[in-house]
Amino acid sequence: MQVNGYKPLIVAFCCNWCSYAGADLAGNNRLSYPADVKIIRVPCSCRVNPMFILRAFQRGADGVILCGCHPGDCHYTSGNYYTRRRMALLFSMLDYLGIERERTRVEWVSAAEGAKFAATMNEFAEKVASLGENKRLEDLRCKK
Amino acid sequence: MQEVKREALIARAAELLENGTVDRVLGWKAGEFDYDLTPALFHSAGELESDFVWNGFCGANFSKYLVKETGKSENKVLVFLKPCDTYSFNQLLTEHRFSRDRVYAIGVPCEGMLDAGRIKDSAEGIASVREDGDHVLVETLYDGTLTLDRTSLLPDRCRNCKSKKHVAYDELLGSDGEVLDSHRFDEVEQLERMTPDERFAFWQNELSRCIRCNACRDVCPACTCEKCVFDNPNSGVENKAAANSFEEKMFHIIRAFHVVGRCTDCGECSRVCPQHIPLHLLNRKFIKDIDQFYGDYQAGAEVGSRAPIVNYSAGDLEPYEAVERGGSDA
Amino acid sequence: MRKLSLDKLDALFAAISATNTLYLPVDTKAGARFERWESGKTLSTALNTVRSAKDFFFPQTENLMDFKVEGKSIEIIDTRTESEDFVLFGVRACDVKSFEVLDRVFLADPVDTYYKNRRDHGVIFSMACTRPVESCFCGTFGIDAANPGGDVACHMTDDALYLQANTDKGQRVLDSLDSLTEACTTEVVDEQNALIRERLARLPLADLSAEAFGSGKTAEYFDAPEWKQLSESCLGCGTCTFVCPTCQCYDIKDFNTGHGVKRFRCWDSCMYSEFTKMSAGQPRLTQLERFRQRFMHKLVYYPTNNDGLFSCVGCGRCVAKCPIHMNIVKVMKTLGGREHA
Repeated sequence: MQVNGYKPLIVAFCCNWCSYAGADLAGNNRLSYPADVKIIRVPCSCRVNPMFILRAFQRGADGVILCGCHPGDCHYTSGNYYTRRRMALLFSMLDYLGIERERTRVEWVSAAEGAKFAATMNEFAEKVASLGENKRLEDLRCKK
Repeated sequence: MQEVKREALIARAAELLENGTVDRVLGWKAGEFDYDLTPALFHSAGELESDFVWNGFCGANFSKYLVKETGKSENKVLVFLKPCDTYSFNQLLTEHRFSRDRVYAIGVPCEGMLDAGRIKDSAEGIASVREDGDHVLVETLYDGTLTLDRTSLLPDRCRNCKSKKHVAYDELLGSDGEVLDSHRFDEVEQLERMTPDERFAFWQNELSRCIRCNACRDVCPACTCEKCVFDNPNSGVENKAAANSFEEKMFHIIRAFHVVGRCTDCGECSRVCPQHIPLHLLNRKFIKDIDQFYGDYQAGAEVGSRAPIVNYSAGDLEPYEAVERGGSDA
Repeated sequence: MRKLSLDKLDALFAAISATNTLYLPVDTKAGARFERWESGKTLSTALNTVRSAKDFFFPQTENLMDFKVEGKSIEIIDTRTESEDFVLFGVRACDVKSFEVLDRVFLADPVDTYYKNRRDHGVIFSMACTRPVESCFCGTFGIDAANPGGDVACHMTDDALYLQANTDKGQRVLDSLDSLTEACTTEVVDEQNALIRERLARLPLADLSAEAFGSGKTAEYFDAPEWKQLSESCLGCGTCTFVCPTCQCYDIKDFNTGHGVKRFRCWDSCMYSEFTKMSAGQPRLTQLERFRQRFMHKLVYYPTNNDGLFSCVGCGRCVAKCPIHMNIVKVMKTLGGREHA
């Protein structure tokens, strides 16, 4: 994904049970999504602490997406429900601080939704690419 | 001017010390000037008589001290609580941070505290400060005595007082008030109405002043972790340094997030900030969002309530909807 | 002594900043702070800045060096750049004295070259305090607010600024401003100084004495029972140490940037639980010990190692900023006033 020669770095936190399997399926089906999407596997979407998201930005991510099982389908029954509340509040706060709201996203992707995974990543990467480099949550020390 | 007088507080405290209900009193101790009071323990009527103070500078919220204080002895400690302090008191009880049976709490009505900083803005060199009804008489070193309007000296948190009602006490001195219909979210809404660029500029400017003294964290009655993540060298985020503007943002976002659903909006963080960063605006944003997304919730209003951040319902809104609804420019 | 009419103050600032970067106290909504002067900025009338002037020589954070790692080789990159000459205008007597306290730490062998570099390039224009406030107690430590020191000492009246060079460095800068200033006698300044000294004598803390403290008093105060009560309500935040002009403790940290390492130094605070943490743990386990460390250092340890010089300058910042209003004045009154065992 490229806009004016700029390729954004995307960090995707994927839950082990649904979304990571969804990413696998996307691969098996040879669906393409940007190579600059770096997947970090987590046991459950609710393992993602708000600090992980900020740290991803600090280390150079231009967009951070969090994928988990669909609400109701959590492997641990209710993990993703907590994720939903937590991220609702966190994203609203980031917006409040003037950080572009399109840089963060939560998407529910099941193990059967390889196509949705690829489409989501393409769409998200395109959106982030149009925003340009992450400047508002950057740490200059981490810039090359 | 406070409804209940210092003498009444001392008399009741002395009585409770005398009859053995409590063996120490947590109160405000006189300092060098009229405004620099320090939280202290008093053990006798004599100590109370000479050093105990109750005036507009008794802003310190004692609830957090109870965590340490109740661990020291099985005997009860007497504590004076203003209405806003009682919310923190309940919240700490909800989190099982101290034993209720080791505390004797006396609720005292509060007419709003005074901000020494605001007095210093209008008076250079303060010899004495005396409250007189709606006025505050400030004797200065060079400009004689100034008469200031009391309401102009209220700190931000008291201007937008959320409640004059005590939600916890063993006994109440004076009369109880009501939960107020405050305008505490006005400033948050004002920020929400700005463009993202303006908001970013606003916070960049405010947070860039942060010196990472951690006073906001250390005074916060909701921050009672034994070991804070920002003090842990192994956390990867431990950092005293304001080395990059990212550090300040990270610290303040995470600090505010860690007290989501537990912050009672007591305003201590903004009171103690040596750089006058309006930290309460971060906490209030979360409180406002919670109210809006998950229904009204006031942390500390009752003991044992379950905060929305540790709860859920199947029909909760999605994060993207939250962002759209939270900001009013959508 | 030179004199400058106050309506030429902007011209003076412009002239100084033509050859030096000029920093001076400017009012902001969060109090006065030192800012780089540019046309349109006016000198604050506040007595002092919220943060001290030590930042200019000992900044809160500073990049010491970088490491670039490639395979098994490590390249060390010196990140230092030569400091530019700068003038620090309007420094109060207390802060001027604080530089002496810092010098004894950073310029003692082994010399801290980062600090020295900035010190060599800085010229201090001090400013006498005509209206000291209730929290001032510089006199306790032998500092005279009427004779503020620095490279150039300034006195300001309603219509003029008086400048007196104290060092060669100051004289050189002052000489370059000759076209703006005129020679004058010391009469007006002497008169102002008499007023200042009279005001200083009437301050609420004028009688605060440091006599009970100083070199060699460690045994006398270390185990004093009063520390318990004094430190009881301390929150353990670092406000006092970070606004203090003489606190000089720092930590050195390596920051992993993902593609190398940045080594930087940042202010540390003896109030923090992980201060001077070693492999065996922290040497000071409770807040009482941390609290004691700070005040013993100011009043006893530092004087013991530095010919009796106290490392408090009585600026009153901690008095104004401590969230619970515990401060060195209360400590000195409580400990100094006790019956000596």
